[in-house]
Amino acid sequence: MKDVDAVFKALADPSRRQLLDRLFARSGQTLAELCKGIDMARQSVSQHLDILEAANLVSVEWQGREKLHYVNPVPIHEIYERLIRKYEQQRLTALHNFKTRLERK
Amino acid sequence: MTMATEKFVYVTYIASTPVKVWKALTDGELTRQYWKHTNESDWKPGSKWKHVAADGTGTVRLIGRVIEVVPSKRLVLTWGDAADEAETAQHSRVAIDIESVGEMVRLTVTHDELKPGSEMAAKISNGWPRVLSSLKSFLETGQALDTWA
Repeated sequence: MKDVDAVFKALADPSRRQLLDRLFARSGQTLAELCKGIDMARQSVSQHLDILEAANLVSVEWQGREKLHYVNPVPIHEIYERLIRKYEQQRLTALHNFKTRLERK
Repeated sequence: MTMATEKFVYVTYIASTPVKVWKALTDGELTRQYWKHTNESDWKPGSKWKHVAADGTGTVRLIGRVIEVVPSKRLVLTWGDAADEAETAQHSRVAIDIESVGEMVRLTVTHDELKPGSEMAAKISNGWPRVLSSLKSFLETGQALDTWA
């Protein structure tokens, strides 16, 4: 479960969520591009990107000397599958039982 | 820069071996179990490959060519809707890289040369996270995810 902890920790910061949103809007940006129009020091952006990369929420690709950053939604999908669908399933079952009861009347 | 086309880079870490991950991607009987489709080809450069629904209909969903093959390491394919087989300009490109990282395997799927805003771009950005999560679960626990229900 260590990987899940890293994902939640990485997501528990508004600046990092902002960076993810920006990468979601346009994937494949460099550090310099991500620093444009954002109220954050370059060093902070770089540190936040490292944390997102360590949590596997950002994947990177080198093009020559440029490091491009991409959103990697795979760990979020894993959390959805492991944690969220479980609860969704219960709700759907409850709804289904309710419907069956109403229809029986 | 990537102006005219769109690119996605998906990464997952799997507690497995490169040989097993390679087999899971190229053996139709295994892809059927976690992807609900069979990937079919002889996996030789220049050969065709296809992605066939395993729901009994035998519907071919995706087609393409095998471009590069390094067993247990790298597989590069062209990727198109079966309906667009002749229109190779519509095809995109998928590179799959498998690397050992300690006890884990890092699996990277780079899907490139997609038309921005296209139906295929939407489909694959919904599809790859599900496929990779299901593959990870399948290889680590023997159970695929019921993600296609």
